[in-house]
Amino acid sequence: MKKHPISFKLNGERVSIEVEPSDVLIDVLRDRLGIKSPKVGCDRGDCGTCTIIMDGRTVRSCLALAVEADGAELVTLEGANTSRKWTRKLQEKFHRKNAFQCGFCAPGIILSATELLEKNPKAGKHEIKEAIAGNLCRCTGYEPIVEAIEETVKGK
Amino acid sequence: MPIATQFEYVKPADMDEALQVLAMYKEKARPLAGGTDLIVHLKEGFAKPEIVLDVKALKELSGLSLKNGVLRVGALVTFAELLESAAVKKNFPDLWEAAGTVASTGVRNRATLAGNICSAVPSADSAPPLLAHDAVVRLRSQAGERLVSIHEWFTGPKRTALGPDELVVSVEMAVPEKKFGACYMKLSRYDGEDLAQGGVEAAVFTDHNYRVAFCALGPVPARALKTESYLKGKKVTEQTVKQAGELLAGEISPITDIRSSREYRTHMARIMLGRALETAVSRLSGRGPKYGEGNIC
Repeated sequence: MKKHPISFKLNGERVSIEVEPSDVLIDVLRDRLGIKSPKVGCDRGDCGTCTIIMDGRTVRSCLALAVEADGAELVTLEGANTSRKWTRKLQEKFHRKNAFQCGFCAPGIILSATELLEKNPKAGKHEIKEAIAGNLCRCTGYEPIVEAIEETVKGK
Repeated sequence: MPIATQFEYVKPADMDEALQVLAMYKEKARPLAGGTDLIVHLKEGFAKPEIVLDVKALKELSGLSLKNGVLRVGALVTFAELLESAAVKKNFPDLWEAAGTVASTGVRNRATLAGNICSAVPSADSAPPLLAHDAVVRLRSQAGERLVSIHEWFTGPKRTALGPDELVVSVEMAVPEKKFGACYMKLSRYDGEDLAQGGVEAAVFTDHNYRVAFCALGPVPARALKTESYLKGKKVTEQTVKQAGELLAGEISPITDIRSSREYRTHMARIMLGRALETAVSRLSGRGPKYGEGNIC
């Protein structure tokens, strides 16, 4: 099949590569560009471990063709902690509270929480739960995760 | 999982080119907007197109507007954009409420309303409010434009009236003249992202006209016309809710599947209708839970 030269911004840097039409974005990020924070979990959009920020919104990188990223601005956890206001604060809070266990869901949850707080810096418990409803965690039961986001909001 | 099917990817800059590709390849071309269903189908081999036609550069398909009392939702408008629209929340709070129950934020940021009705799964959350407000789907092909009523849109599970050479341009609906209260009640296994085990919308207008629509309780989302005509002119009481529930149970035809049984769905349809009616009435009178709250069973 005809390869497509594409170009996009990834964590602030310009990337130009050739992709097959059937290449999935997460596979290109992980296997060709060495970006390992998005994880392949369910691989069908349910679990949220593949979350990245595309043109300012969180998306499932397992549900996008790589070719669709042409011209886009992509931010993954690797870049978000220097470019997004809330990401580092969230990371520090999660770290201090030991709010994750295995950490597999962590990049997705931190990016989902980043998007939420960018839109609504005063988000309450209901909004927090809604914002991370698409990010599954199999270790914690979510309580410390929700608390960590709440405490980040309160600036504790 | 890599995609095994090999296809060409095209992203036309204008409508004529897109329609030409569709006219040439018909079923062998698949339009791509948000991709949240299509990419899964490509991975699982349910869709094996020769061409994936990315329609995201077509400006005719973009835009969410309210003009002359008609809401126009362009085919590229995502659920996230619907939820952020003050015009949608004010004029069609039931569509707003249903949109909020679709999957999760990361999916709603890409998934489109038009894509939801094109996928046409029986559990499509957006369908009941579209049915309740007699939405129309605007289609375009090389032969020209045509309008299809949402009532004729769903022709079977995952089947629609869309022709193989047609594109959805927009979904449109007129703001009702009369004030109404409504509720989209969704039955989920948990509070969070889940496909509907069943969904019932009730809308009540100031003149005691009712609209009742459902999803995941039959092969296609549909209106419950017998239930509506029974309710017409009546007040929502324990007795009318009971009778309406009996009628609704006769109008639905749920199946048993991985998410629940036919019997459970039938039982819950009655309960959902009762709760949706009571919530709709209380919202009409300015009381009751805010839209987006208290609508998950």
